[in-house]
Amino acid sequence: MLAKEIERAGVPTVFVTSLPTIATMVGANRIVRGPAITHPFGLDEADRRRIVERALEMLETEVEPATVWEVEAE
Amino acid sequence: MVRAVHYLNQFFAGLGGEEAAETPPTRLEGAVGPGRGLAAELQGVEIVATLACGDDYFGEHEEQALASLVELLEAERPGLLVAGPAFGSGRYGHACARFLRTASERLRIPVLAAMHEESPGVGTAEGKVLIVPTAVNVAGMRDALPRMARLAEAVVSGRELGPPEEEGYLPRGFRRNRFAPKPGAERAVDLLLAKLAGEARSEIAGGFDRVPPPAPVPDLSRALLALVTEAGCVPQGNPDRLPTIRAQGWLRYELAGSRSLAAGRYESVHGGFDVKLANEDPNRLVPLDTVSELADEGRLGRVHDVLYTTTGNGTPVASATRFGREIAAELKEAGVEAVLLSGT
Repeated sequence: MLAKEIERAGVPTVFVTSLPTIATMVGANRIVRGPAITHPFGLDEADRRRIVERALEMLETEVEPATVWEVEAE
Repeated sequence: MVRAVHYLNQFFAGLGGEEAAETPPTRLEGAVGPGRGLAAELQGVEIVATLACGDDYFGEHEEQALASLVELLEAERPGLLVAGPAFGSGRYGHACARFLRTASERLRIPVLAAMHEESPGVGTAEGKVLIVPTAVNVAGMRDALPRMARLAEAVVSGRELGPPEEEGYLPRGFRRNRFAPKPGAERAVDLLLAKLAGEARSEIAGGFDRVPPPAPVPDLSRALLALVTEAGCVPQGNPDRLPTIRAQGWLRYELAGSRSLAAGRYESVHGGFDVKLANEDPNRLVPLDTVSELADEGRLGRVHDVLYTTTGNGTPVASATRFGREIAAELKEAGVEAVLLSGT
């Protein structure tokens, strides 16, 4: 919901979540799948960096509605 | 016999094509064009007049068009107003829905239109107009007219309408209680078994409200990025008492130059998951440390110095929508160009 409303205002928003199906149902468009509910950006700094970089890349990319990107494991 | 009025655009009323799209509201006697086919299907309902308006005229002079159409309509003392089918035509579908909404509010008469389910008219109607779904183009005329007639007869009969799928109209966006043949647990198991057998279905259709993705950020290395979270991150001790579930609002915290959400200074109070791992290092929920580094490296312009937070569990749709709008307004005000939102 937050993603949808912020994007309605024209600000591209990337949503990092481990529940991407729900994110697509509530209208998010740029979604990066995080590894777990309890730590969507992973556990260590290396994971976090990979996931954040993927998210930034998505903000720079033209996407179809409700696009979900995976993050490759190291 | 119930007196009905039928609304058509210039094309279907036989006034002309795009060259006649500026035609102002006009009254024609009896049924015209598709109205003749509809009249042949209708029992107990007579189309006494046809009102037509050019699609461009309607779009460009909406208030005047509505005023004239309502005046022409009232003079007919109708018991029903029907419109279309507009199929996939956007301007026509919008005009049908807008006129019918206004007519139903002013005259308190039943109204129904027909159009493709993706017509902008469906959005204009906002559930206030009964809409018979049709094909995207005029090839669906023959199929649409009898269905419009059946629904028209049903609404003038005064009986309570059944659900959309039984009566043949598009869902209007509200739910009505009714007795189900089986309890919820059995229906859930039936759906699960169907899904295991390869057929995924749902008792409730998804909503239509989608926002198209905004264009990408042209240059992140110059952009202001904000962190927003639904993961319930707050300063340690939750000074503003953000609820762990069913939040009533959202909070903003100045980061005051912080470059990391340090354990012991921030925590998550989200009631929907085990926050132990998150609280060992709150950057696992809101990666302030990583984005700060990336800003130092020039990958990002700047990190907005405010964290926006709420708990996303059990929040009603209307509340979440409001939080989103309010946060969006602040972000716009602050000149934020990109958002990294984290949830669970």
